[in-house]
Amino acid sequence: MPEFTSRRGLLFGAAAVSAGAVLTGCTSNESKDEGDTSGDNKQAVADDKPGKRVTIGFAGPQADHGWLNAINDQAKSRAKKYQDVTLEATEGSNDTAAQIGQVETLINKKVDVLVILPADGKALTQVGLKAMKAGIPVVNLDRIFASAQAYRCWIGGDNYGMGLNAGRYIGEKLKDKKNAKVVELAGLDNLELTKQRTKGFDDALKNYANIEKVARQAAEFTVESGQSKMSQLLQAQKGFDALWNHDDDQGVGALRAIEQAGRDDFMMVGGAGALSAFQEIKQDRGVLKATVLYPPTMAASAIDLARALGQGKGVSGMAEFEIPASLTLYSAVVDKDNVDQYMSTGFK
Amino acid sequence: MTQPASPARPVTEKSPPADGAPSPWRSLLARVDVRTLSLLGVLAVLVVIGGVTEPDAFLDTDNLQLILTQASVIGVVTVGMTFVIISGGIDLSVGAIVALASVWATTVATQEYGFAGILFTAVVVGLGCGLVNGLLIAYGGMVPFIATLAMLASGRGLALEITDGKTQMVTVDGVLKLGERDSYVLGIPPLVLVLAAVTVVGWLLLNRTTFGRRSVAVGGNAEAARLAGIDVRRQRLYLYLLSGLCCGIAAFLLIILSGSGQNTNGNLYELDAIAAAIIGGTLLSGGRGTITGSVLGVLIFTTITNIFALNNLETAVQQIAKGAIIVAAVLVQRRTATA
Repeated sequence: MPEFTSRRGLLFGAAAVSAGAVLTGCTSNESKDEGDTSGDNKQAVADDKPGKRVTIGFAGPQADHGWLNAINDQAKSRAKKYQDVTLEATEGSNDTAAQIGQVETLINKKVDVLVILPADGKALTQVGLKAMKAGIPVVNLDRIFASAQAYRCWIGGDNYGMGLNAGRYIGEKLKDKKNAKVVELAGLDNLELTKQRTKGFDDALKNYANIEKVARQAAEFTVESGQSKMSQLLQAQKGFDALWNHDDDQGVGALRAIEQAGRDDFMMVGGAGALSAFQEIKQDRGVLKATVLYPPTMAASAIDLARALGQGKGVSGMAEFEIPASLTLYSAVVDKDNVDQYMSTGFK
Repeated sequence: MTQPASPARPVTEKSPPADGAPSPWRSLLARVDVRTLSLLGVLAVLVVIGGVTEPDAFLDTDNLQLILTQASVIGVVTVGMTFVIISGGIDLSVGAIVALASVWATTVATQEYGFAGILFTAVVVGLGCGLVNGLLIAYGGMVPFIATLAMLASGRGLALEITDGKTQMVTVDGVLKLGERDSYVLGIPPLVLVLAAVTVVGWLLLNRTTFGRRSVAVGGNAEAARLAGIDVRRQRLYLYLLSGLCCGIAAFLLIILSGSGQNTNGNLYELDAIAAAIIGGTLLSGGRGTITGSVLGVLIFTTITNIFALNNLETAVQQIAKGAIIVAAVLVQRRTATA
């Protein structure tokens, strides 16, 4: 994402979060509640009268782990909420060719709007273009297409911002500590998003001269790899002050390794926003003190956007007549103080 | 080692013993020692590298426990895999079986039956998958590569179906405790004891029983084995059952280690286990292999990973170095074994 869109996205996202956890978007253009953004969110959903019928085609990857599973659930339950929305969801697939085929089927079925979370953004660009050319607006979810012509609206998380906020949170906690040491347990290293998260984390830590990142190892988003890499990190680093773990799924394994090593001399910050992490944070009995969100609620928001696009409406709470071209969600830090608010969005 | 009943496979290696005793047993024993010694040599080199680069963190009882614990799950899988490869087969489904057994054994329903329920389910699921593999290959006439590839796909699919992509946390205290420090026996983690037990049983089975000799014979030349009166099909069935059993045990160990069951468990175990067996001197074409070698192969891999992590190497560097070390280990071993 270019810097400009990113920043704009952050603003949008921040507004949405303050309004109540999710950007529910999607209401009429008549803006009867113009100027009132605080109660906007709930009101928009509750008062939303059935409008023109919209058929939304949804194609996502195979839900083989918690976050992706939550994406599918969010999209489906959101669509169910609207009487005027019919959701045509495909079987998720991680195979690029299979997913292209699924999207083409949806195009042939002449759905009104498409929501696509590509298994691989670059590889699905062509089929996104094809849909747009066929007059079907595409909401590109999270993994971005290579060309802006392939989507009408992109909505997704902010991996760089996730690292940034994790770094800031840890930095603020450790700013008075001399020679503070930080360790990073990254996710799958051959994904670009992992690099972006690490870059954000490093950039944030640069603001704190007293903090040094002493080690970084990459796990694979799985419990097993989290346990394995974390136990090695604990063996390598006998004393450090904070740990950032990119992903709560692998965090289950990391927490297990920490418990097995009998260590409690540091604070841990997680990533993504799994239910188990929220519960751990709420109970406040272990090292896990916070987690940085990569909200799966973005799928629900994508359905909202798709519905609004299908009905030719804008988003409430903004002066614009049209749906924005790009929405980058804010990676909020969830700790003991605000965990209750997010509990319902936690995924298993 | 021990290929006394392998009529069709002439000993191709030049006989190493200098005293020139013609006894096949002695030359075999000598060769076994050289192979094992070369593996121990590789391991020793790694220990020196680890000790020099990270003296404090590497040379440490905690770290020894850590390396052995990390080796236990894949080690048990590799013992089963070694038997299958020795018999001329291959089992690509081990990772999927571990995943399936680990999620089946950690469903809410299974956990109600406590420790025994989890252990029983893991083992039975492993055996069940092994049985299907064995029947398809031995009696269905399917090529092992294809049959176990199919099991890989459907096993992973079923694991995903059961978990719905969710991580299943273990709530049974008895299971969780086994992975923690309090249950170490004389400083040895229970998982490592299991690996040791499986290794010893595997060694005895291969070297001291007719089952072992038959496995080698089937791998050396199945037709000759059949003519010699071995029920080749039943033998194959047993071997895949054995591999399935090992996967079931490994799944239980993984549940203890990670305190959970996840459908992504056992990712690429098939390749790790095959690589460890090959490094350990098992012939991919069958007819030869040792349990000791395979377990040493696993230990070499685990030690490499450990040294990389302690030195905080980047993932990219780790992968490149790992590939190079595999090649080096095999070359060194071949050289010493044939010199």
